[in-house]
Amino acid sequence: MSDAEVNSDAVVGNTGAGNTGAGNTGAGNTGADDMEAVNPWAGDVDRLPYDVVVVGAGGSGLRAAIEARQRGKRTAIISKSLFGKAHTVMAEGGCAAAMGNVNPHDNWQVHFRDTMRGGKFLNNPRMAELHAKEAPDRVWELEAWGALFDRTKDGKISQRNFGGHTYPRLAHVGDRTGLEMIRTLQQKVVAMQQADAVEFGDPEAMIKVYAETTITELIKDGSAGNGGRIAGAFGYFRDTGRFVMFEAPAVVLATGGIGKTFKISSNSWEYTGDGHALALLAGAPLMNMEFVQFHPTHMVWPPSVAGLLVTESVRGDGGVLRNSEGKRYMFNYVPDVFRAQYAETEEEADRWYADPDNNRRPPELLPRDEVARANNNEVKAGRGSPHGGVFLDIASRLPAEEILRRLPSMYHQFKELADVDITKEPMEVGPAQHYVMGGVEVDPDTAAVPGVPGLFAAGEVSGGMHGSNRLGGNSLSDLLVFGRRAGMGAADYLDGVTARPAVPDVQLEAARSEVLRPLERADGENPYTLHHEIQQTMSDLIGIIRRESEIKTALAEIDKFRERAENLSSPGGRAYNPGWHMALDLRNILLIAECVAQSALERQESRGGHTRDDYPEMSPEWRKVNLICSLDGDRVVLRRQPLPAMRPDQLALFDVSELKKYMTDEELVGLDQDQPSEASEAPARKADESAPAKKAEDRA
Amino acid sequence: MSYKVALRVWRGDAGAGDLTDYQVEANEGEVVLDVLHRLQATQASDLAIRWNCKAGKCGSCSMEINGRPRLACMTRMSVFAPDETLTITPMRTFPVIRDLVTDVSFNYAKAREIPSFTPSPTVKLGEFRMQQVDVNRSQEFRKCIECFLCQNTCHVIRDHSDNEKPFAGPRFLMRIAELEMHPADTADRREIAQDDFGLGYCNITKCCTEVCPENIKITDNALIPMKERVVGRKYDPLVWLGSKITRRRSHDTPEVPNTA
Repeated sequence: MSDAEVNSDAVVGNTGAGNTGAGNTGAGNTGADDMEAVNPWAGDVDRLPYDVVVVGAGGSGLRAAIEARQRGKRTAIISKSLFGKAHTVMAEGGCAAAMGNVNPHDNWQVHFRDTMRGGKFLNNPRMAELHAKEAPDRVWELEAWGALFDRTKDGKISQRNFGGHTYPRLAHVGDRTGLEMIRTLQQKVVAMQQADAVEFGDPEAMIKVYAETTITELIKDGSAGNGGRIAGAFGYFRDTGRFVMFEAPAVVLATGGIGKTFKISSNSWEYTGDGHALALLAGAPLMNMEFVQFHPTHMVWPPSVAGLLVTESVRGDGGVLRNSEGKRYMFNYVPDVFRAQYAETEEEADRWYADPDNNRRPPELLPRDEVARANNNEVKAGRGSPHGGVFLDIASRLPAEEILRRLPSMYHQFKELADVDITKEPMEVGPAQHYVMGGVEVDPDTAAVPGVPGLFAAGEVSGGMHGSNRLGGNSLSDLLVFGRRAGMGAADYLDGVTARPAVPDVQLEAARSEVLRPLERADGENPYTLHHEIQQTMSDLIGIIRRESEIKTALAEIDKFRERAENLSSPGGRAYNPGWHMALDLRNILLIAECVAQSALERQESRGGHTRDDYPEMSPEWRKVNLICSLDGDRVVLRRQPLPAMRPDQLALFDVSELKKYMTDEELVGLDQDQPSEASEAPARKADESAPAKKAEDRA
Repeated sequence: MSYKVALRVWRGDAGAGDLTDYQVEANEGEVVLDVLHRLQATQASDLAIRWNCKAGKCGSCSMEINGRPRLACMTRMSVFAPDETLTITPMRTFPVIRDLVTDVSFNYAKAREIPSFTPSPTVKLGEFRMQQVDVNRSQEFRKCIECFLCQNTCHVIRDHSDNEKPFAGPRFLMRIAELEMHPADTADRREIAQDDFGLGYCNITKCCTEVCPENIKITDNALIPMKERVVGRKYDPLVWLGSKITRRRSHDTPEVPNTA
């Protein structure tokens, strides 16, 4: 049964009469004969009608697709790699959800507070609230689909400590939590297909995975430019190079991040900012692209594995950071806003692991931006390790068998790739690009993208949830919570669609000819060379510490790169040709590089994943500002948009004294200055009371 | 330390192909995938390689290096002498798409035939209770990154492609064992493991275990215990009697879904 025929009654409205046959019916209007003469591949577009097309098969994409299918929508999952290989598999530490299994004091309010603090209050408060409230159900749901998390003594899902989380909160499976998640979601899709095989006689009647398929353009039903609704997504199948036009009224972007814009990154090859760029090109706004997370601990040696992640669980489970002098330096890097919650001596910090209710947290468990800057600073000050990192020591902190049980992948990774036995010696680690907080602007409840009807986004490609810095563990829960909401949002949107949008031939043909260009051009530049240079420039000039002159240099470089990108050529044919794929991905990488650079230049403060040497302070005025990138012609333009304000009941979850550290006076008008809120995490409060002088200083 | 390494890389497609010689720079600490990437970036931009995480976590870059099935990202160059020629070929069991990339859809088809996790319908969300000691066994199998090196190596299909239909291969027999040992699963897959997925074809030569990059003890911990369970069921007198009377499978044996 061909895809065009399968269960077409599940498809809203008509399936696009005349468009459902295979082959390109469009070029006929625009001079097909000429096209065929020039181009031997004309007429090779498979046209596949769906209700919902989910671009991306990681955690958020699969969760969105499952939800859309459960709501009766015929769903395609587009996977740039094989099914089950998405970058989510690399997540190690865990999935944050306030289930309270290990510490019963935990609840959504505490998780919400931690998330807002971690993001330095730039988060979309509604997203942070939904996330904190819904994460436990999403984790339990995985368990009902077969996931096997590590257990507590009483048989519940175990939870571990992580940076910025007040209580042990991360559901985990050793240090391979992402793999467990993706496999569970993958197997849930398979289970649904088995049920569909019984019901419809075809496992792919209602949900189908298109593996090794890349989307290069979103198509809208209006004329080119900003008008119109989503009508589908155009792309190619990697194995044959054949083109495909997924015709669907709703597209969910779940493409992950932008790591391959940078040289040293923990991200996999797929992370070329595809969804960010697709959205931008379709007229959608990207917000706060300056906020890029540099995770503090990655392998720095040997060079070929530089950027390989060393999970934060090492620190959650007791690991400490030391410099070349053997000093546990994180005590020197506790910022004022967090001083009340973090220990001041090694003794207190060490007591916390056994008695968290009466001691403050070790500073190694500060949010990632703080630790990354500290590590960076120690190396710059000449106190680094032999290979330019710092020392992460778990060997002296836990017995060998315990390390092997809790951190098996880390043991394996260091043993195999660096000849280092982490049960005997410290690891050498340093910061690397890990995550982007910025992304496609979305409605918190429905994941709908403003201004582009039919477009939804979830997971790393979306923005707002994490503010200026994401807490470890909040990504896996984000994927589940907002992946599901995107699937719901898309399904609800479809229920309101009466006539299916048509794919304009002229747009289809434009998308098609753009993709062919690098193959048709002879003697152009090698895309790999250009990619390496872009990564080098971004890492050198818009890395963890930024300044105006360097960002301006980067912008000038990006301009030159964009010119060179017009002249790429990829020898070889269309079947599985990585040089061609790289040439196509570079368009996205360059657009994203420009968004990051422009936003980084504009925001004159330091906050979370954006540190300006020339503007080192965090500014309450800037906290109220979201920076929005959009496309004007082929240029990125920036505008400022107010950050959604916290509701009074959300504000009431914090002590006013804490809000004062982030907000302007007028934002606090009307709040009861002396009334303590219910923000009463035990250790923080105790610490506050025992150190009144410190608190007074913070207020000053 | 930087040196030139001699590579013989299989280039071609489903139609035909051959080994092509290259000289590529290699540096201290690199893995085979680094060298292949350098080859791609400098001499053969259309060299097809499947890879993703370059961290041994996704199981994409499976290939055969000097005849041994390996992940290219976890094979350090230092395990070879600098003057050794590396012969790099695609996984042999699966059809070639291009160069080092094979069509592994066989595995996804097998995955879809295995009856899925079947919890008790009465357990509410958040109310599963399992002890760590009881989840340990299935957790070991869930470390699988689906690199399919075991499937590629198992002689039951590597040397006899006609066995592809009756035999699911070590990865998916292990999946059955994983569900069988899952504390919250209620279905009984012992009978279909033998009858529909070909557990009996496995003659425990442990080749799968030997190539597993996750060091999962596939044979010892999954396949042999599964064989014991199958036999235990088969020779249970009550089960035997029941099968003679009703000539049907027991009520908790799931149907094998027809997902072809």
